[in-house]
Amino acid sequence: MKFTRRDTILIAAGATATAMLPMRAFAAGEDEIAAFTGGAAIGDSGVTLTAPEIAENGNTVPVEVNAPGAVSIMVLALGNPNPGVCTFNFGPLAGAQYGSTRIRLSKTQTVTAIAKMADGSFAQASSEVKVTIGGCGG
Amino acid sequence: MAENVTPRVRVPSSAAAGEVITIKTLISHVMESGQRKNSDGTLIPRSIINRFTCDFNGQNVIDVTLEPAISTNPYFEFQAMVPEAGTYTFTWYDDDGSVYTDTKDIAIG
Repeated sequence: MKFTRRDTILIAAGATATAMLPMRAFAAGEDEIAAFTGGAAIGDSGVTLTAPEIAENGNTVPVEVNAPGAVSIMVLALGNPNPGVCTFNFGPLAGAQYGSTRIRLSKTQTVTAIAKMADGSFAQASSEVKVTIGGCGG
Repeated sequence: MAENVTPRVRVPSSAAAGEVITIKTLISHVMESGQRKNSDGTLIPRSIINRFTCDFNGQNVIDVTLEPAISTNPYFEFQAMVPEAGTYTFTWYDDDGSVYTDTKDIAIG
């Protein structure tokens, strides 16, 4: 197959568009993180995220977050069309800074939990979940 | 429109003062994500529950912001401290403006 000038331009444009796609989702996730932390540095201890290693059905993936001393925990799925999943805000009567729910994942990806501690610091935990059937419909 | 929305909550009927209990909640709701298309290719508009709160005698226990990535029939499990006998109020806020509530009493003993 011979590449003409026009072909080359088309291929280059296609490759650029493909490369941009995950970048855009990632950038949206970065925005969510920045909005939550206000740009503060994020530590990596103090929060635990429990998620299955393999989820056969991306429609209901059980996840658990636990961060003693946190005031709120945000859960993100950076590979989803919208990265936000949910934010737990703990009130004065919360028995433990713990929450468990079921989420949708569109594909194999890393799920991230960011906890905001009472002293204003942040902690992060991530877990890779392999998804067999995506949960966003088509 | 969300139809047949039924909240279900499990709270122990009694606890010791100061004890930490586990509360489980489930509400039947389609949680339409706004990503799916129907058979003729048009996007089904988003219709989800966007906020869930639990209060005990007027004091907040947990306040959760939900996004479309929460599964159909949103389930939450969390822990609450019981300072005295009283009533738990659970509230779900729908995108369409509906508010669903459920209450559960707890005794000390």
